[in-house]
Amino acid sequence: MTGEAHLVVEGVRKVYGDVVALDDVSLAVGARDYVVLLGPSGSGKTTLLSVIGGFTFPSAGRITIAGREVTALGPAVRPTTTVFQDYALFPHMTVASNVGFGLSIRRVAAAEQRRRVAAALEMVGLAGFDKRGIHELSGGQRQRVALARALVVEPQILLLDEPLGALDLNLRRQMQDELLDLQRRTGRSFVHVTHDQEEAMALASLIVVMNKGRIEDMGPPQRVYARPATRFTATFMGESTQFDGRVVERASAQCLLVETAVGQLPVTGDLAPGSQVTIILRPENIRAEGGGEIALGEARVREAVFQGAHYRVLASRQDPAQDFVLRLPPQAAIEAGMALKLSCSAGDLVLLQR
Amino acid sequence: MRAGASTPTAESRAQARARLAGLGFALPAVAWIVLFFAAPIAIMAAYSLMPLGPDGRPGPLSFGAYESFFAESAFTQALWNSVVTTVVVVVASTLLAYPFAYGIARLLPKRWQRLALAFAILPFWTSYVVRSYAWLLALSPVGFINHALLGLHIIDHAILFAYNPQATELGFVHFFIMLNALTIYANLVQINPHYAMAARDLGASAWRCFLSITLPLSIPGIAVGAFLTIVLCIGDFVTPQILGGFRGLLLPQVVMMQIQRQLNLPMASVMSLVLTLVVALAYLAMQRWLKMARL
Amino acid sequence: MTGRMRWPGAGTALGAFYMALCYGFIFLPVIVLVLFSFQSGDLPAPPFNGPSLRWYLAAFADGRLVDGFTNSLMVGATSSALSVLLGFFAAYGIARYEFPFKRAIQAIVILPLAVSYLLIGMGLLVSASWLGFSPSLGTVVIGHVVVNMPLAFVICIAQLGEHQRRVEAAARDLGASTFRVLLSITAPMIAPALIAAFCLCFTLSWDETLIALLNTRFDVTLPVVILSLLRGGVSPLTNAAGSFIFLCSILLMVVVELLLLRQRR
Repeated sequence: MTGEAHLVVEGVRKVYGDVVALDDVSLAVGARDYVVLLGPSGSGKTTLLSVIGGFTFPSAGRITIAGREVTALGPAVRPTTTVFQDYALFPHMTVASNVGFGLSIRRVAAAEQRRRVAAALEMVGLAGFDKRGIHELSGGQRQRVALARALVVEPQILLLDEPLGALDLNLRRQMQDELLDLQRRTGRSFVHVTHDQEEAMALASLIVVMNKGRIEDMGPPQRVYARPATRFTATFMGESTQFDGRVVERASAQCLLVETAVGQLPVTGDLAPGSQVTIILRPENIRAEGGGEIALGEARVREAVFQGAHYRVLASRQDPAQDFVLRLPPQAAIEAGMALKLSCSAGDLVLLQR
Repeated sequence: MRAGASTPTAESRAQARARLAGLGFALPAVAWIVLFFAAPIAIMAAYSLMPLGPDGRPGPLSFGAYESFFAESAFTQALWNSVVTTVVVVVASTLLAYPFAYGIARLLPKRWQRLALAFAILPFWTSYVVRSYAWLLALSPVGFINHALLGLHIIDHAILFAYNPQATELGFVHFFIMLNALTIYANLVQINPHYAMAARDLGASAWRCFLSITLPLSIPGIAVGAFLTIVLCIGDFVTPQILGGFRGLLLPQVVMMQIQRQLNLPMASVMSLVLTLVVALAYLAMQRWLKMARL
Repeated sequence: MTGRMRWPGAGTALGAFYMALCYGFIFLPVIVLVLFSFQSGDLPAPPFNGPSLRWYLAAFADGRLVDGFTNSLMVGATSSALSVLLGFFAAYGIARYEFPFKRAIQAIVILPLAVSYLLIGMGLLVSASWLGFSPSLGTVVIGHVVVNMPLAFVICIAQLGEHQRRVEAAARDLGASTFRVLLSITAPMIAPALIAAFCLCFTLSWDETLIALLNTRFDVTLPVVILSLLRGGVSPLTNAAGSFIFLCSILLMVVVELLLLRQRR
């Protein structure tokens, strides 16, 4: 969290009939954070966004924005604005009328309104588009108009509901850069919902991983990716090799030895000997050319899939059985059945409870 | 494209076959319309230009019938009555139907909306005659309404509610509330709910949201309903005949008299065409107004 | 993102009250009609003397009404069948093929929807008179097809969209001729819509008064009979006949609803 708490969600619960959409969710967001709510469909991320925005009232819990409790306030009064997944631009109004709508509600004088609308359009790169009709715009342009409309009223927090879902890959990458830039320039907190972990990592200063209505893990992208707190987070954030094992002994403070299929592995953590654990290792941290601190034994290549910047290689060993997923450079000569000597650094091993 | 190709390619032959097939399928319908709709109207237009001479037979081409029409005050009065009645009916049924359709679309849960709508237009499925007759019964001095008012001692002798222009308008409004509710509902229901949410999110009150977002977006539904109302109302003979009494005749009634009493088909044709012209003008005005409302 | 907005309580109560008023207004004449069709006395007005089927029996015994009924049935069935046939073929041609003047042809087919019945009826009357044909039910059938065929067209063309096109393409891929595709694939697949269109056309023809009035003299349809009954003053006989018409229309529309509902699944 950067800065002190700007948005505080405390113990929020939302129940629809006997479906629990949100189960005791709490988080704190700083005034300049770019927060991404990440999770599969049904995880509750959109419901949480809806609760923050005031479109849904929680069954229990509190929302506080800039020190003021807003739980009972509707979206009109809350200091948040939302960019919807389908942009929801008013089809019967021009670009300028759309962007200026919030200002006209607030009875801003016409000249001032024009000035601010022009500034907002300039900020999203659509200067001169004011007189256009909505139907004349492309998907990317509509998205920018939706952003301008939401930002021109200077909300405390901008909420975005899967804003890049309808765009193709290149446009999405470009918009990601622009969103990040926009957030830095306006200096406001953004809360962004997505199911795409790469998008989350590209944008967030704080990732909130959600699953089945609960927060699985929360933190800066680097930490959440490299050292996930739960198994779900580990698999959702990316692929990994998983070693199931049992704690053998405490080697020293914060260091455990775990018996696995590839031998004893040292890992940071603090659990009683005998605990069942899983150790995960990200594919980019497995070395196949030898020389790593920890030897992981030999494995045979089962499959190699070309991904452009690297090969995604599935390898396994028998007796005891263990599957590996790792990366090899694109120029490597790989054959099925080829033997690889695998190793890694001790710091890359992450301990998860089972 | 090969330059100088003169032999038909397989593609162009297939295209020609497709053209023939398409035309073949559509032809019967088009022929029917041309033969039994366009041609009769053309014949009618010709008739309107051949006014009856003193011997009761259609005379040479002239605008005489049109002149007679506009000269006769009884006829122009009937035209005026028709226009006024139609305007009153359109305005009243739109104003009354809108909140009704809005209520069905927004206040009722989705599951009940179709049923509610079906019930709302149920009386639609009686014929004009039967429905107007039923209103005659309700409005007559021995009818239900008088009976109730007398019973509640609000009045002390029966009032003749029927046989006047207001009764005709009531009969029309009764029918057209249902028609307009249908078209307005159909439109309201497919407005993206996110528009209203976005407007509320930006600070609009419920009332402002309705005025700025919902109402403008429901204009197409209102317009279609209003146009259908104009077309059906201005040409209707039955309702004014049953409910309207003998003063304040509407033009379709005069048309009927021309056919049945005067046997003057040319004059009847003139009147029908004048009515159609009024509808066409209304259509053009509506188009223009809709375009302006868009901006 | 879904969110149910809070509605002010007073607004909802007012809205509900208004809707109740509207329903009351809409149903008032129908209730009066049906209630007094069961009148045992001679006047279809309060007081209501006990339910009696006297007037329904009188209606079924009345020669003019029975003739009008059978005439309406014939006119309705014939004109609806023709409307659906012509409308379906026109829809198929326009939906599946490219040919010159396609837009103009489509406009022509739906033109009658924008025109009042008076014009259509008058046109037919004048033309028949000019050509020397005397007024007859045949003219009414023709007029009803003019009025209803555009509706059948609109209903059919809505059913012939992308999904339907792909299924037909698969049939052709397997070797079916156009005729075979129409008969074995298209017609059965959109059968519910065809039947719904037929019922809708039938109901509209069944109720139609103006074209029938203008173009018939001796053999008349049911609504025209009722109109002439009115010249003799009000009577529960008219109520009974009117209620019967109403009931038939309702039944047909229920059939349409069921068919369309099942189609949506």
